[in-house]
Amino acid sequence: MADLATLTSRITDALGDAVVDQGEARGTLVVRVRPDAWRSTAEIARRSLGFDYLSFIAGIDWMPAPVVGLVEGDTSTPAQPSDMTFGVGGSAGRFQVFAHVQSTAQHTGVTFRTDVDEADPRVESWVSVYPGADWHERECWEMYGFVFEGHPSLRHLYLPSEFEGHPLRKDFPLLAREVKPWPGLTDVEPMPGGDDEAGEEGAA
Amino acid sequence: MSTTEQPMTPGFEVDPAAFRHLADAQVNVELDTGDMILNMGPQHPATHGTLRLVVRLDGERVVAADPVIGYMHRGYEKLTEFRTYPQVTTLINRIDWLSSFANEVPFVHAAEQLMEIEAPPRAQYIRTALTELSRIATFLLFLGEMGLQVGALTPAFYGFRDREHVLNLIEAATGGRFHPNFNRIGGLKDDLPWGWIAETRNVMKIVLDACDVFEDLVVGNEIFQARTRSIGIIPGELGASYGVSGSNLRASGVDWDLRRDGAPYLAYPDLDFRVFTHPDGDSFSRYWVRLQETRESARMVLQLLDGMPAGPIMAKVPRIIKVPEGEAWVETENPLGQMGYYVVSKGATGPFRVKIRSASFSNVSILPWMLRGVYVPDVVTILASLYFILGDIDR
Repeated sequence: MADLATLTSRITDALGDAVVDQGEARGTLVVRVRPDAWRSTAEIARRSLGFDYLSFIAGIDWMPAPVVGLVEGDTSTPAQPSDMTFGVGGSAGRFQVFAHVQSTAQHTGVTFRTDVDEADPRVESWVSVYPGADWHERECWEMYGFVFEGHPSLRHLYLPSEFEGHPLRKDFPLLAREVKPWPGLTDVEPMPGGDDEAGEEGAA
Repeated sequence: MSTTEQPMTPGFEVDPAAFRHLADAQVNVELDTGDMILNMGPQHPATHGTLRLVVRLDGERVVAADPVIGYMHRGYEKLTEFRTYPQVTTLINRIDWLSSFANEVPFVHAAEQLMEIEAPPRAQYIRTALTELSRIATFLLFLGEMGLQVGALTPAFYGFRDREHVLNLIEAATGGRFHPNFNRIGGLKDDLPWGWIAETRNVMKIVLDACDVFEDLVVGNEIFQARTRSIGIIPGELGASYGVSGSNLRASGVDWDLRRDGAPYLAYPDLDFRVFTHPDGDSFSRYWVRLQETRESARMVLQLLDGMPAGPIMAKVPRIIKVPEGEAWVETENPLGQMGYYVVSKGATGPFRVKIRSASFSNVSILPWMLRGVYVPDVVTILASLYFILGDIDR
C-alpha cells in the first residue's frame, strides 16, 4: 500500500535515530524503537505526528512455554514451537512492550514496540503523554512485572494486592492445566465416516 | 491519578462565597464537614456486573474517585494461549456478553488474515447483519436502562420488550441468545433459517418505531434533560488520549467510526450510512448519539437484507486449523467502542499471544478524571451514560 509507505517515512523521519527496525504486520505498521527513547516516541507521536488516540499498551514474552502432558500425535493440544523466535521488527531478548496509537483525524495507526531487559525490566512510563496509559501500565506491571518509571502509582489492577508472580509470563503455569491435563485425544468423538486423514482434506 | 493538573468538570466552578449565608443559617455550623469515603458497589444497579467505586466525598460533592476492578477477571489472555483457535471464540463470547457476536468477528478476522483466506460474500453479509443486530440489542437495553437511572421506569420496560424481538432473531439464526459462537474461521456455522429475512424486516420496523418512542419519551423529557445536560462532560481530545472510543467519543464531537474510517471489514464498504456526532460531550449527548445509531443500524440491516448475496457461507479451510507464523491487529467498531485483537501466531494450532483490546476498559479509565467535582446522584447517571459491561473491563 502506498499509504503505508508514506506513513512509514513520516514516522521514521520524525523519530530519527530512535528507530531500530520497522516492519508490517498484515497492514499495520510496526516500529521498534530504542528503550531509552520510549517516552520521547510517545511525545513525538502525540504532539507532532497527530496520534491523539491511545488504543492499548501491552507486554509480550517471546519465551516458549513449557508444554504439559503432551501426547505424541495429539493435535488438539496447541503446542508451540520450542525455539524462541521473535515477531515483526525482532527483539533483543525475551520481553517486549508494545503499544498501539491511532489518529482520529487521519484514520491511521501504528504499533510501537521496544525491548525490555530480562534481568532489570524497566520501561519509561507514558502516563504524562497519554493519561489513559495509567491502567494499561498497571495491568502490564502486574501481568509481566515490568516497572514503568514515572508512573504515579503502580498498584495491582485485576489481581488481589497480595498476589505473587506475573501470570502472563510464559513460565507462570496455568494451574488448572497442571492439576488436570488437557483431555486431548481421549475426549474426541470420532468423525462420522471414521476417516483418519484429518488435517489434509478441506471441510465441506 | 495523572500527574498533570486537570481542570474540574466545566459547569461546576461554584464560588463558595455565594453560599456562605446558607452555611451560617445551619444549626450545626461547628460540625466538621471533612471528607467521607463512600463505597459504591461492587454490587450496584448502575454497573453491569461488579464495579466497585471508592469515592471521597465532601458533603454531596465527589472530591476523588477510584474505580476498583478485577472482581470478574477471568484471565482470558492467558487462557487463549492454552487453546486452539476454534476454542478461543467460545471464550471471547464472554467478554462483552451483551454483544457476543460482535466480539467474535475481529478475532476470526485476525485468524483469517494470517491464514490468507476470506469468508464468502454471503457470510460477510450475514456477519454484518448479526453484528448490527447485536448493536441494536445492546443499545436498546441502554436506551431503556438510562431512563431507569434517572428515575423513569417506563423506558426500561420498552427497552427490554423490544430487545426481546432482536434477541429472538439472533437466537433463530445462531441458536444462542447471548453466546452465539456462530463464527467459524473462514465463514459461518450455518446459513440463515427459512423466513428469517422477512421476520427481520418486521422487527426492524418495530425497532424504528421504538426509537421514535424513546425520542419522545426520554430525549424530549424535561427531567431527563435536567439530569443529563452538561453533566459528565468529556472533552474530545482528552477522551481520545484516554482511549475512550465508540459512541462515547463521537458524543464528544470526534467524528471517527471504524466502520467507515478503519481498514475495510465485513460488508460496511457496500453500505450507505451516516455517522452521528454531538458537540457537547455530556451524558445527554451520549444518549442522543446512541439513539441515532440504533436507528441507523436498523436501516443498515434493511440494506443488508436487500443486498444479501447468494452463495456458500464457508470458505475452504483445512479441518485442523493451523495458523501460519505472523502477527495481525484487527480492530472493529463494536457497540461499546473499539474492540481489537493483536494476535501473534507461531504456526501452531493455538495462538502464541492474544492481546484483547476491549472498549469498556479504556472508557472507564477516564472515570477518576470525570467524577471529580460532580454530585453523588450524578455519579449514577454518568456511569449509566458511559455504558460499560464489566466483562469487557475485566476480561
